[in-house]
Amino acid sequence: MAQKYAVFKRRKEARKLLGSAVYVVFLVAVLVSVMGLAVLLIDIITGGLPWFSWSLITNYPSRHPEQAGLWPALIGTLWLMGLTAAFSVPVGVGAAIYLEEYAAKNRLTALIEVNIANLAGVPSVVYGLLGAALFVQWMALERSVLAGALTMSLLILPIVILASREAIRAVPRAYREAAFALGATEWQVVSGVVLPSALPGILTGVILGMSRAIGEAAPMLVISGLLFVTFIPTSPMDKFTVLPLQIFNWVSRPQDEFQGLAAGGIMLLLAVLLSMNAIAVYVRNRRQVKSDE
Amino acid sequence: MNDDSANGKYVLDAQGLHVWYGDFLALRDVNLKIERKKVTALIGPSGCGKSTLLRCFNRMNDLIAGARVEGKIHFNQDDLNSNDVDPTEIRSRIGMVFQKPNPFPKSIYDNVAFGLRINGYSGNVEEAVERSLRGAALWDEVKDRLNKGAQTLSGGQQQRLCIARALAVEPEVILMDEPASALDPVATLAIEELIRELANQVTIVIVTHNMQQAARVSDETAFLMVDENRSGYLVERGETNQIFTEPKDERTEAYITGRFS
Repeated sequence: MAQKYAVFKRRKEARKLLGSAVYVVFLVAVLVSVMGLAVLLIDIITGGLPWFSWSLITNYPSRHPEQAGLWPALIGTLWLMGLTAAFSVPVGVGAAIYLEEYAAKNRLTALIEVNIANLAGVPSVVYGLLGAALFVQWMALERSVLAGALTMSLLILPIVILASREAIRAVPRAYREAAFALGATEWQVVSGVVLPSALPGILTGVILGMSRAIGEAAPMLVISGLLFVTFIPTSPMDKFTVLPLQIFNWVSRPQDEFQGLAAGGIMLLLAVLLSMNAIAVYVRNRRQVKSDE
Repeated sequence: MNDDSANGKYVLDAQGLHVWYGDFLALRDVNLKIERKKVTALIGPSGCGKSTLLRCFNRMNDLIAGARVEGKIHFNQDDLNSNDVDPTEIRSRIGMVFQKPNPFPKSIYDNVAFGLRINGYSGNVEEAVERSLRGAALWDEVKDRLNKGAQTLSGGQQQRLCIARALAVEPEVILMDEPASALDPVATLAIEELIRELANQVTIVIVTHNMQQAARVSDETAFLMVDENRSGYLVERGETNQIFTEPKDERTEAYITGRFS
């Protein structure tokens, strides 16, 4: 009896040891990724802070580094984000609702689902080429913000659809049953119960998609080209450039000053990204608090 | 169709009812009448199809993929299973309360108003909400916090809110699927008293595992059993008193005296 007890005890020690080892491994994994990000941020901020000024934001691009700014790229990015959200949110959420609530559970649906998941992994430049052929040429939208936004929408639709489907699927069946049992139609159940409950999750998906879109340079390079833009877009049909392209432009110049400008541009890009996410998180939390109260 | 329909004695009348889930026969040849403005309890062992039967009465089985219902159920004169019948209309006239309280993640007020809104209620919604909450004996507890989330209520209050929500659309029948099984004894008692109260205005069909509960709240009791193929069937139906004191079928007697479950 005593011996058996000892055997048990030794195994427990081994298990504890394994537990501690795993803990260390995971901690290192976290530290590596956090440190990578930290080094990147420190590098950018030390390089960009001297250049990060009001004139960087409000000036037009220039050959003279001290006068150069990225106002057109900032406005172009905001245009692109706004239009992309306007296309991809209704289409993405609509597709998710269809797939979760209406589509028959058959092979065709399964095939569509697999394809959507695969689309999320297609290289973004491929979307750029598709957009150039489809929107720029075939639909004759030229190198406009509209063509760019439509291309970006295609790029982030899989992300929005997948996240929205997860959110819709997570709405408890009990809510749906309760609504149906009151005589609600399919659409009344979806609009009155499912969507309000799924909204936080859907917003998360939209944030993810938009964050992806704001940083993409490759597809926009195909659509808008490396323009030296000295005007801001005032309509969806105007030519445009975006922050990643302006940064790309500056990085590719030999002078050190432009490297500093590029770092400043990255800081601005991060600031736009963070404020966009902050707004979405705020909206999401407000809704959650409302329903929890 | 039959003499008891319309404003007659029976509000629901199932004839030759079979339910399949895919190839599995869940319910076999049920013939059962539900008396108007009475409480009918459906009792029987687990898996005997009580809930399945209950869900036939408001076409909730339509929502389950692979479910198939055969046979007739007369709701007054209409055949519930006919293709002409719109299930959403049926469900607004035959309400349902579920096993686990399932208020929407909305305010107390919006929970009760939901059914009114989706059914295009033309009257005063505020009054209807108050009337329904009073009807569910919940008004005094929530009248000062109607805009608070329903999730802040206790389990028993949530279940009474669900009853108020069902009452709001003024159904003729309310189906209750083990409405007190997730509640503590005090909350259970409150629900049972409420059921007795409600029987003055609506017909109630209640599924329960709890035999004492069936005896306490119901006027009529139907006893279901499950055969060797796991298909449920109706053994007998009668006045609750008679079922519990002198059942006609020995299987009923065996069940209620606790010789098997």
